[in-house]
Amino acid sequence: MSETSSQTRRAPEAATPRIEVADRDRSTDVTTTVRQSTVPSAITEAVFEAKDVSVFYGGTPAVRNIDLKVPKGEITALIGPSGCGKSTMLRTFNRMNDLIPGCTLEGSITYHGEDIYADDIDPAEVRRRIGMVFQKPNPFGISIYDNVAFGPRLHGMKANLDDRVEQALRGAALWDEVKDKLGQPGVALSGGQQQRLCIARAIALEPDVILMDEPASALDPIATLAIEDLMRQLRGQYSIVVVTHNMQQAARVSDRTAFFSVDMEQGVRVGELVEYDLTEKVFTAASDPRTEAYITGRFG
Amino acid sequence: MSTTLTPTTPPAPTGPGGLREIDAHTRGRKRRSLIARYVLTAGMVIALIPLLMIIWTVASNGVGALGWSFFTEIEPPARREGGGYLNGIVGTVYMVSIASLLAIPLGIMAAIYLVEFGHGWLARIIRFFTDVMTGVPSVFVGLFVYAALVRQFRFGTIMGAIGLAIMMLPIVVRSSEEMLKLVPDDMRFASFGLGARRWQTVQKVVLPMAGPGITTGAMLAVARAAGETAVLLLTALGSLQVVTALSGVAQSSITLLIYDGAKQPFDPGKERAWAGALVLMGFVLLLTITARYISSRARR
Repeated sequence: MSETSSQTRRAPEAATPRIEVADRDRSTDVTTTVRQSTVPSAITEAVFEAKDVSVFYGGTPAVRNIDLKVPKGEITALIGPSGCGKSTMLRTFNRMNDLIPGCTLEGSITYHGEDIYADDIDPAEVRRRIGMVFQKPNPFGISIYDNVAFGPRLHGMKANLDDRVEQALRGAALWDEVKDKLGQPGVALSGGQQQRLCIARAIALEPDVILMDEPASALDPIATLAIEDLMRQLRGQYSIVVVTHNMQQAARVSDRTAFFSVDMEQGVRVGELVEYDLTEKVFTAASDPRTEAYITGRFG
Repeated sequence: MSTTLTPTTPPAPTGPGGLREIDAHTRGRKRRSLIARYVLTAGMVIALIPLLMIIWTVASNGVGALGWSFFTEIEPPARREGGGYLNGIVGTVYMVSIASLLAIPLGIMAAIYLVEFGHGWLARIIRFFTDVMTGVPSVFVGLFVYAALVRQFRFGTIMGAIGLAIMMLPIVVRSSEEMLKLVPDDMRFASFGLGARRWQTVQKVVLPMAGPGITTGAMLAVARAAGETAVLLLTALGSLQVVTALSGVAQSSITLLIYDGAKQPFDPGKERAWAGALVLMGFVLLLTITARYISSRARR
């Protein structure tokens, strides 16, 4: 990703309308900038298409009847109150839910038209193409270099490993900070650096999609901005789906926003998709009153 | 935020000063804390007394017969002075080595199965029987091996080793299981997220992290086997000669020689038994210290 393209994309933000969005973390009202949409509202090419997806934990529904199309090359944010199933939904895209005992899925999820839950699909192959960044930075207790080389080594991509590691670290905007200490343990880095290391580790496999589960929630504001900058740089080359608690973050970085809410269903809290549209539209002219209520901080 | 909080009247703050003016309740708390401290310290000292007495008695009684010859000569008739426990040392090292080769890999594999692969009824059954086995008296294990194998294949090294392995197995399984469980799931998810398969995750992420702890547990199991007597009475029987045969010939061990020596009415035999106990204690201490060292190094 070249510098100029990310700058041209960032430039129009100055002219975008400023709206009131509640900042939950500080419990004060602040203004924030919503990205002006640079994408058409119709999705021309989808990486994921979820059709009538419901996820159950031990028979109890967590999300119900979700239809969601994730476009290629864009940043899609999943937002909503705690327990609305946005993380659950994110994990269905690379079959991470398979690892949770008792978790079952109904409906279908296609990745470029292929059903990723088909019987003859190997979840490991799905995860290789669809990288994931977790809420808590989780580098392995090995060197920075080995962390980044971990994925390529798993899959036998050993040619030009040094170049691959460097490219991944550059891609994650971490190279300049770590190039002289690649042999040091990854866990010795700061939290923000660790998270970028995890992003580097994911992109070393040249995935098609990166799923991010609240990637900045464990980080300080400066590290958060660095991650957001990075997401904007990665945009285009990768399709990104990001779950976030921080509405300003969704407003700042995403092209589209899906708002999930919690619904009571026979005494059980179930997540549902309330609204999915261009971020600009969701934040300035939400069509569902619940979305507006959440975004302006009246519930959640 | 639009939510308004209505604060209840907080308790009145304590006025300034009066740090030395303590009421009866506070004095009581202080006194109880102090009493608890003395009681616990006393308990610790009392628990330490038998331990120190054992070390002192064994060391003072055993050091007399301990010399170079103790490790190079076999046991002479009980009435004669000099000689050593070479036959027992060889037997113990021989049988404990074979038992370790049998029990440690098997135990670690069982633990990996329990933690990483087994979630069904089989895992529950294995875990239950491992718990039961931990509590089985060693003489029962000896009787079992005697009835099942020794009557057919005669006393010998391999019989003793099998008995010891049965004693070691539950210790290795349980300690390895605990160590594997200590590896955070974050690390497993990070690995799976990069497209690793279950075994790759175990091999490249889980085992390197749990390795030091597993080693510690294995060493404690070895120490336990080295001090085992009842099992060997019924499987190895004992020998006055150095035995190198794997089977068919009764084998000796340090503990068996101690057991025989202590029953003798003759002082030279008794003294050698004390020295044997000292050697065994030194061996166990060495293993324990090594285990501690490994785990403390890994924690850094």
